Amino acid sequence: MDADDETSGPMIDEIYANGGGGDDGEKRSRRAIMSGDQLDIEAYAALYSGRTKIMRLLFIADKMSNAPTQLEALRMAYDEIKKGENTQLFREVVQKIDGRLGPNYGMDAAWCDAVDRRAEQKKEKLENELNAYRTNLIKESIRMGYNDFGDFYYAHGQLGEAFKNYVRTRDYCTTSKHIIHMCMSAILVSIEMGQFPHVTSYVSKAEQAPEALDAITVAKLRCAAGLANLEAKKYKLAARKFLETGPELGLHYNEVIAQQDVATYGGLCALATFDRAELKSKVIDNSNFRNFLELVPEVRELINDFYSSHYASCLEYLGNLKANLLLDIHLHDHVETLYDQIRHKALIQYTHPFVSVDLNMMANAFKTTVAGLEKELEALITDNQIQARIDSHNKILYARHADQRNATFQRVLETGREFDRDVRSMLLRSNLIKHDFNLRALRKL
Amino acid sequence: MDPLEALLAQIQGLSSTSSDINRLHTILKQADDSLRSESTRLSPILTQLDPSIHSLGFLYILEASMPAPVTKTQAETVVPIVTRFIGACSTEQIRLAPDKFLSVCRKLKDQVMLLEAPIRGVAPLFTALRKLQVSVEHLTPLHSDFLLLCLLAKCYKTGLSLLDDDVFEVDQPRDLFLYCYYGGMICIGQKRFQKALDLLHNVVTAPMSTINAIAVEAYKKYILVSLIRHGQFSTSLPKYSSSAAQRNLKNFCQPYVELANSYGTGKIAELEAYVKTNAEKFESDNNLGLVKQVVSSMYKRNIQRLTQTYLTLSLQDIATTVQLNSPKEAEMHVLQMVIQDGEIYATINQKDGMVRFLEDPEQYKTCEMIEHIDSSIQRIMALSRKLTAMDEQISCDQLYLSKAGRERQRYDFDDFDVPQKFNI
Repeated sequence: MDADDETSGPMIDEIYANGGGGDDGEKRSRRAIMSGDQLDIEAYAALYSGRTKIMRLLFIADKMSNAPTQLEALRMAYDEIKKGENTQLFREVVQKIDGRLGPNYGMDAAWCDAVDRRAEQKKEKLENELNAYRTNLIKESIRMGYNDFGDFYYAHGQLGEAFKNYVRTRDYCTTSKHIIHMCMSAILVSIEMGQFPHVTSYVSKAEQAPEALDAITVAKLRCAAGLANLEAKKYKLAARKFLETGPELGLHYNEVIAQQDVATYGGLCALATFDRAELKSKVIDNSNFRNFLELVPEVRELINDFYSSHYASCLEYLGNLKANLLLDIHLHDHVETLYDQIRHKALIQYTHPFVSVDLNMMANAFKTTVAGLEKELEALITDNQIQARIDSHNKILYARHADQRNATFQRVLETGREFDRDVRSMLLRSNLIKHDFNLRALRKL
Repeated sequence: MDPLEALLAQIQGLSSTSSDINRLHTILKQADDSLRSESTRLSPILTQLDPSIHSLGFLYILEASMPAPVTKTQAETVVPIVTRFIGACSTEQIRLAPDKFLSVCRKLKDQVMLLEAPIRGVAPLFTALRKLQVSVEHLTPLHSDFLLLCLLAKCYKTGLSLLDDDVFEVDQPRDLFLYCYYGGMICIGQKRFQKALDLLHNVVTAPMSTINAIAVEAYKKYILVSLIRHGQFSTSLPKYSSSAAQRNLKNFCQPYVELANSYGTGKIAELEAYVKTNAEKFESDNNLGLVKQVVSSMYKRNIQRLTQTYLTLSLQDIATTVQLNSPKEAEMHVLQMVIQDGEIYATINQKDGMVRFLEDPEQYKTCEMIEHIDSSIQRIMALSRKLTAMDEQISCDQLYLSKAGRERQRYDFDDFDVPQKFNI
């Protein structure tokens, strides 16, 4: 895959190409759903369940410009919604389909009305039950009542109400199981609403529950925490959380996140923020996380490539994945930032071990032009991420280490000057104040 | 006898010993009004007095004989007399009547400006200043007049020599403001921007209950010099500046603050456009020249940033990065920065059109450097001693003790016992 070995071969022996000659194992396909190929919507949607499936399908439909896939996504969304009771989403989907899928996928007003009527009845029933429970003051029943209300509102897409009701159960929770149940429901609704600060607080609440949590719940909480951190742009924390997720997660959290997502999010965030030691210990040698990485072999390959300095292939994988990552509901607005960070880390890591680097060879390794590379390096140097200077004439990058002795002298002289200046102005000012004060005192006396 | 004749005799007689001089002083004070009324007849009397011996008498008569509004011809005759007097007078005698001396010198300044030859007043005022000063750290009102004349006469170097003295004792705050403001302008003229910044900083942060125009003008120049020297400007004044200044100075200097913001973005085209649109405002404050220097400093700063990133760079690339028009201009700029200002170290290879940036050759190993460090240490030690002395002085001050005594607990027996008379 890397051609730099061949081009530099005979001429200069002492210049070493960083990361030459890797091989690319053909371990693609099989369960590669998040791959470089066109996204297989059916397989993708099969990973999720519940409301998130619908939301993801709608998101893909919005982002896709390709009409057939868009219609495919909308069709699947329609089918999914019909299985539930959310008339609001139904109306939205119908509007988006706009009759393009034929008469079977048009506005089914009858269904809508039936669902709405059923909803009204159910709501009344629930209210009556709840009032009865409240008069009886049986804690457990009140809690169940509120829970049912929460579930009802969630099914109908009124997320705010659902959240309120789930939170109301807090006062009636007696065992830690109840508390955990409440937290999980609150987390689910918060994620759907996109209010991630709530997610963080409820995760910590759940983790503080007195009883030990079972492994699945722990894994779910870690994922939720990771998601919250991702949205808050705290990529390092997000990576840590995702990497700590145990393989027990399995398919249990389909209503929020799939295992492939854990691998992708965790892998990319780790790559963008961890240093080499952490990357090795927490990602590559992490046996738990390996299970997840098996599901997205491209991410696994690109992490390994980065670690072994095969930057060209790493960046190629990234490029391939990009199109599909932009369709992901949680990751899409972070893709650019993460990619930039990964690229910068690659550049810094490339130049780190050398005293001088030939920019032509480096440009080859990164499959970019020398001029573009120069601009990128300039930005990194100005940012003080690389300590080096560019010899633009010969196109070489020279490492430059700060001269501590000179720097110390300069600092000393500067501090002396500042002290001098400050004390002199202070003495002057105090003199003025004394003068002013004396005048006032004289006037008083 | 004619009272003036009597006075003259007394002056001539009583100018020898210090007790005589004190008597003379009292007599002169009493005779002051009568002298003023006879101002026209006084000039011939002056010729009979010797300024070096009869300084006090000469001073009184001279002061009385100089009416406030004066014509050019009168000025022509008076200026040499005053100049000679200042040069010859004795320091102890004039220190007995400092305000008279001040008013004489002020009038000299006015007359010299009227004659449009400010340079004639520079040397006399300098001598006068030194004679009036109690110590080198003392600021007299003459300092600001002297600096004003230096500015008008464009004798910046003389002014600069005065500015090298540190000032700690001040009679009137207004003197200080003017002194620092004019001093700042002189330093700007000599391109000693750091010193100008210090002086202007003193004006802007001085304690003042209400803002005055001097502070506003000083603040405008402060912004510009700070941009030239440091490349940045923070709009918040330090905590020790007066609250009046902190709140209000910015409002009077709005165009300048916006100029600083525009400089901060780093885009030269924007900066130049802003300067062009607001040129009349800058012009009316006589700051247009300084503003132009700000713009050119931006080019310099960009080139300086390049020295941090590149080892060698072609002139063409410098021109494009710094947004100059041609490699030739880039060459001119680099040359100027290297040779004139000593701000960067570089060599230009004209054959390839390449500039090679070098490191600062200062190795901090020479004798001069060690001497420099040593003298800085001595200087700072002297400053610390001064600070301690001032602290001791204040703690013995009556007003301070009375205030501290008042705030003490009434029944506190362990600490020092402040005598009753201080509990006002």
